[in-house]
Amino acid sequence: MHPLRKILAIVAKDLAAELRTREMLGAMFVFALLVILIFNFAFELRAENQRTLAPGVLWVAITFSGMLGLSRSFIREKDRGSLEGLLLAPVDRGVIFLGKMLGNALFIAVIALIILPVFVILFNLSAAVMPQLATIAVLGTIGLSGVGTLFSAMAVHTRAREILLPVLLFPLIVPVILSAVKLSAAAIDNLPFAEAQQWFSLLVVFDIVFAVLSFLFFDYVVEE
Amino acid sequence: MKHPMDLMMGLLIVTGLLMVSAIVLALGIAPDAVNLATPTERFAQRIFYFHVPNWWVGFLAYLVAAVAGALYLISRQERWDAIGVSSIEVGLTFNTIGLVSGSIWAKPTWNTWWTWEPRLTTAAIGWLMYVGYLMLRSAIENPQRRARFAAVFSILAFLDVPIIFLAIRWWRTIHPVVIGSEGGQGVGGFALGPTIQLVFFFCLGAFTLLYVTLMLVRLRTEFLSQRVERLRQHLMFR
Repeated sequence: MHPLRKILAIVAKDLAAELRTREMLGAMFVFALLVILIFNFAFELRAENQRTLAPGVLWVAITFSGMLGLSRSFIREKDRGSLEGLLLAPVDRGVIFLGKMLGNALFIAVIALIILPVFVILFNLSAAVMPQLATIAVLGTIGLSGVGTLFSAMAVHTRAREILLPVLLFPLIVPVILSAVKLSAAAIDNLPFAEAQQWFSLLVVFDIVFAVLSFLFFDYVVEE
Repeated sequence: MKHPMDLMMGLLIVTGLLMVSAIVLALGIAPDAVNLATPTERFAQRIFYFHVPNWWVGFLAYLVAAVAGALYLISRQERWDAIGVSSIEVGLTFNTIGLVSGSIWAKPTWNTWWTWEPRLTTAAIGWLMYVGYLMLRSAIENPQRRARFAAVFSILAFLDVPIIFLAIRWWRTIHPVVIGSEGGQGVGGFALGPTIQLVFFFCLGAFTLLYVTLMLVRLRTEFLSQRVERLRQHLMFR
């Protein structure tokens, strides 16, 4: 069996489990909506130009709801006793990591793409920015789920479990949040790509470097 | 056990003497920086002799922890884990002192306690990362697993620091760049004369020795606690 098919088999497993229970995507979606709503209430009275806040609100919504998905990723396996089964599967540990990472990225990206139209409507933005924002959302999502999947596998073995994941993950993904926010702002303000290009490069570099590092370190995290 | 303790005592005394001399040199001997306008600024500038070595030690401590983490993952020897956690605890202490003392300097010089400037922001994020490291450790009971996770985290965190710094640097910076710049750039920057340099490098050496001393003291505690742990396991499973 080709490694890619093994990876996709793990993604299909996570997807099937999710489609049968629908416990995660629903919660993530409602949570992301709540974040946008709360920010609207919190800032409406003071900010003169809501558009300046829009990129920040979008990325807080995506990272926070993404955190929910990431922390469930391995807790779900552990609680159902399927973690051992997954690790005993006759595949490389790297394949398991890539499968879980791809699954996580898929869930977060789906949520991001669903809330995008809602976000555009609530902040009264032009629909023309949607393709750009969607591209940025996908890139940011890859950044979140690379090191996020690794830390999720770590957090599941700790006493604090889901509480620990954001504490560990947020400081490390500061470059992702920063560049995604800057890129989104540039897209919303309709700036030429050249002005935001350095943020784009930073985001892509971070995605690659930390996905590779997490891939390499995954072996050490799940070794027993 | 008498001999190593004597060495430790000697090291403590030497470090203490050097640190006292560093204070005397920095506050009494070093000349005023020439291009700073107000007496407050000139007085506040003397933080330079402690603040910069302080951050050097913080950086060194995190580097040592990352290297120790890599060596642990390769060799699986408990002592590398002990070195990692000791170094991060010492580093975090210096990191905290650096944030607080820098803030005190920023008030007279920049007229604000805090600003979202690259070095400050990176320092704050680094602080949060390594506090997370200690929380991660305290949430894991199995010693081997704790050591493995801690090693992985300390390596990733250290590799992330330059990327975070670069990301935040693309905002405007007002922090002085004294070393390797002409006459000092940034608000509160100043030129380095020969005496200033001499005193500075003396302080740098004294702080580095202080790091080594604190590491050795902390390591001894860690080795003892590992031994207690082993004895307890031994008694429980006998």
